[in-house]
Amino acid sequence: MSPSVPLQEMIRAIRSARTQCEERGVIQRECAAIRAQFRQTDNGGRSHNLAKLLYVHMLGYPAHFGQMECVRMIASPRYSEKRVGYLGAMMLLDEKQDASLLITNSIKNDLSHSNQYVQSLALCTLACMGSAEMCRDLAPEIDRLLRSSNSYIKKKAALCAVHIVRKVHDLGELFVPSARSLLSEKNHGVLHGAVVLITELCERSPETLERFRKTVPDLVQIMKGLVISGYSPDHDVAGVSDPFLQVRILRLLRILGRNNEAASDAMNDLLAQVATNTDSTKTVGNAVLYETVLTVLDIKSESGLRVLAVNILGRFLLNNDRNIRYIAMTSLQKIVSTDHNAVQRHRGTIVDCLKDQDASVKRRALELSLALVSASNIRSMMKELLIFLSSCPPELRAQAASGIFNAAERYAPSKRWHIDTILHVLTTAGGDVRDETVPNLIQLITNTSELHCYTVHKLYRALLTDISQQPLVQVACWCIGEYGDLLLKGECQETEAVQVTEDDVLDALEIVLQSHMSTPTTRGFALTATMKLSTRITDNVDRIRSIVSIYGSCIDVELQQRAVEYNALFKKYDHMRAAVLERMPVIQKNSLGQTNGELSEEPMKESQPGKVKQEETALPPQPAGQVVDLLDLLGGSQEPLQPGSSVGGSASTQLTAAPTSAGGDLLDLLGGFEPTPLAPAPTVTVYEKNGVTLTLSCEQQSESGLTVTLTASNSTDSDISGFTLQAAVPKSVQLQMRAPSRDSLPAHGGAKLTQLVVLNNPNKVNLKMRIRVSYTCQGSVVQDMVQVDSFPGL
Amino acid sequence: MTPMRFLLLFSRQGRLRLQKWYTAISEREKKKIIREMTTMVLARQPRTCNFLQWKDLKIVYKRYASLYFCLGVEHEENELLALEIIHRYVELLDKYFGNVCELDIIFNFEKAYFILDEFLMGGEIQETSKQIVNRAIESSDMLQETMEEYMSKPAF
Repeated sequence: MSPSVPLQEMIRAIRSARTQCEERGVIQRECAAIRAQFRQTDNGGRSHNLAKLLYVHMLGYPAHFGQMECVRMIASPRYSEKRVGYLGAMMLLDEKQDASLLITNSIKNDLSHSNQYVQSLALCTLACMGSAEMCRDLAPEIDRLLRSSNSYIKKKAALCAVHIVRKVHDLGELFVPSARSLLSEKNHGVLHGAVVLITELCERSPETLERFRKTVPDLVQIMKGLVISGYSPDHDVAGVSDPFLQVRILRLLRILGRNNEAASDAMNDLLAQVATNTDSTKTVGNAVLYETVLTVLDIKSESGLRVLAVNILGRFLLNNDRNIRYIAMTSLQKIVSTDHNAVQRHRGTIVDCLKDQDASVKRRALELSLALVSASNIRSMMKELLIFLSSCPPELRAQAASGIFNAAERYAPSKRWHIDTILHVLTTAGGDVRDETVPNLIQLITNTSELHCYTVHKLYRALLTDISQQPLVQVACWCIGEYGDLLLKGECQETEAVQVTEDDVLDALEIVLQSHMSTPTTRGFALTATMKLSTRITDNVDRIRSIVSIYGSCIDVELQQRAVEYNALFKKYDHMRAAVLERMPVIQKNSLGQTNGELSEEPMKESQPGKVKQEETALPPQPAGQVVDLLDLLGGSQEPLQPGSSVGGSASTQLTAAPTSAGGDLLDLLGGFEPTPLAPAPTVTVYEKNGVTLTLSCEQQSESGLTVTLTASNSTDSDISGFTLQAAVPKSVQLQMRAPSRDSLPAHGGAKLTQLVVLNNPNKVNLKMRIRVSYTCQGSVVQDMVQVDSFPGL
Repeated sequence: MTPMRFLLLFSRQGRLRLQKWYTAISEREKKKIIREMTTMVLARQPRTCNFLQWKDLKIVYKRYASLYFCLGVEHEENELLALEIIHRYVELLDKYFGNVCELDIIFNFEKAYFILDEFLMGGEIQETSKQIVNRAIESSDMLQETMEEYMSKPAF
């Protein structure tokens, strides 16, 4: 009798146990009985016992003592025992167990058994858990079975061969001839096995792949037969003839057509046919279409076919079935860098998917949307992304926030927009942004001197509304500390001003200091800001003094240290207080990256090319005017600076394209974040006279973009004031000068002045720069000119 | 590595009904995967898409009545086809047991495995025709019955 009845009784007994404890009891009793039975000799009920053990094993209980029983059962002449024995072997034995070797002999014998169902058991088990040893041993046998006349056996042998090749790569050679001949089979099962085997062989060895390329016409024929032929009841699934086989053949065609023009041409028509003829109303048809699209996009298909494929994906995006939308986006993600324009056409639909209920779909839509952001659609895309951010699931927040920051860095149409966007993100998702956001934002703000007033007003208002988002509070405190005087002045061009008294500002900062929501870092920011205000306000300095002295006994060590130091500033070092707390200089990108270590270098690296782009688009009128004036002034001496000047005898070198892929911005966004260390830019001294030194360093940002940093210092005994630099470059080169960090140079090199010059040299002319230096020293005005012909690092 | 890594069947309460592994991994690892799969899949809302990303695998799952069918496939695999594979297996079970339900699979789990092993092998599809798979199972069952009878007759 079949194993079922005693087995079912045991299952019933186990299921009727009411508690876990009771169940364990039942199982322990049963296992004891099973063990006892195993020890007995042949009693006709062996298969029942093993089946029971396998059930117990599935519930999660240990069953290793059944391994030897499996070995014995497999060797039994009874089919019922073999069947359960092999099942047990597949469940309890894997190649890591020693006992698995013991069944090799049984398998070998069973492979040549007269009954095909016994052979089938052996083949199945070998394909499931055969170790490398066993595979080597039995490979010739499998090859023999591949040539058998029995389709049932052949198809199983084919998959067995696949397993063997996966385990022992060298054995692939052995199966090549049989695999080739199997392609002429009519039986779908065998054909399928053959295609899988050939795929495996081709993936393992490029030489084999070359040989099998010749089969492309045969494969095309087979596919045609499947697609065009009428209804075949045996293999039909909702109107598609053997979709499993179709997909497998398509995948093999993909591998054979990759990087090969001839093979790709041979399959072009077929792919077009499949793409147009397959019924897309059911999942099964879409599965075939999906595989076709993947194949078309991967081989060297002609452009018409590629467009067809992308359009199919576009249709998928509009499908009601969520699964289909999901895989459409996954595929579009893969091609967004290569077929960017084609994917852009479907941007609207993709953005709509951001509002989908399903988290997986949302995730895909987010990744794809971020990849599709460009300079032309930044405003509308950002609107959508910000809406998404406010309602997105928490696990996607961090990714969305950092994606938005990157996009803003690259394509911000204006500084104000950029700052507004970052503030928006901080208000909505402040808890999920990266740590580098705070220093990055601060740096952005310092670089935008024309918006200081606007920024500090906005941040002050944000601070009044909500002090729970730490990054926002930190930046707000910093700005209030720095630009508190602008806040108190009350007038602002960009936004409606708010009448703020000194007490209001100090109240706001004190609330942050005292709130239990503020982290120690935030409180540090607030304390420092309060201190800075002491030089920017007039009436309430005493209040600041008292706040600072209170925190001198704060439990938090960091705060305490700060407060004590600030106290000292008030008392002993009051004469230095103004100098110490004055307005900070513009923070340079490079300096931030190098001081903060590797971690902050990654956003630095990505945003740098983007930052340059953004600064190029946000053209403040003044520097351009400067250039025009200067060129006029230089008058007759313009000639050597014009483009088309002889390349020959010039000392300066041609601009070479730097390895930094600023042009491949999208690739940067998609390709993961590998921090590359910023090499310090080489500097060269270009001017040294009367104690004033001017050094120059430059960095290639992109194919034609270049950033030049000019640093001036004063080693004389007297201070220099009104220090300005003007620059002129050849006509075809575009130039923008950033605001200098300061306009005075204290004596004895007390402080350095830095100024950034951004150049764009699209025609790749010889780069020269004429710099005019102008300053006042000891009451007299000094002007000088220097020409730079060679740029270090180029 | 096989395209299909594992197939799990579990109930809405998270009880495992069938497990088929197509790669060699330790018992401990298997238990961990089972736990994670059941947690992840059971937490899914209805009417969400049937695909999940888990480590470097794609998880394709579908619920049929009280049973969840969960297939772990390699990253390059066609998810829509994986859904069809699951559906085909359910059809095969349905044909064999006649209106299959969870209890059939509980009390005849070894049959469920035998059917699976006629449909899939070594992480690949073995036979694409429903009829051929059904006939093979019927024949094997018949062989078991007749061989039993044959074997139980005394040899002398």
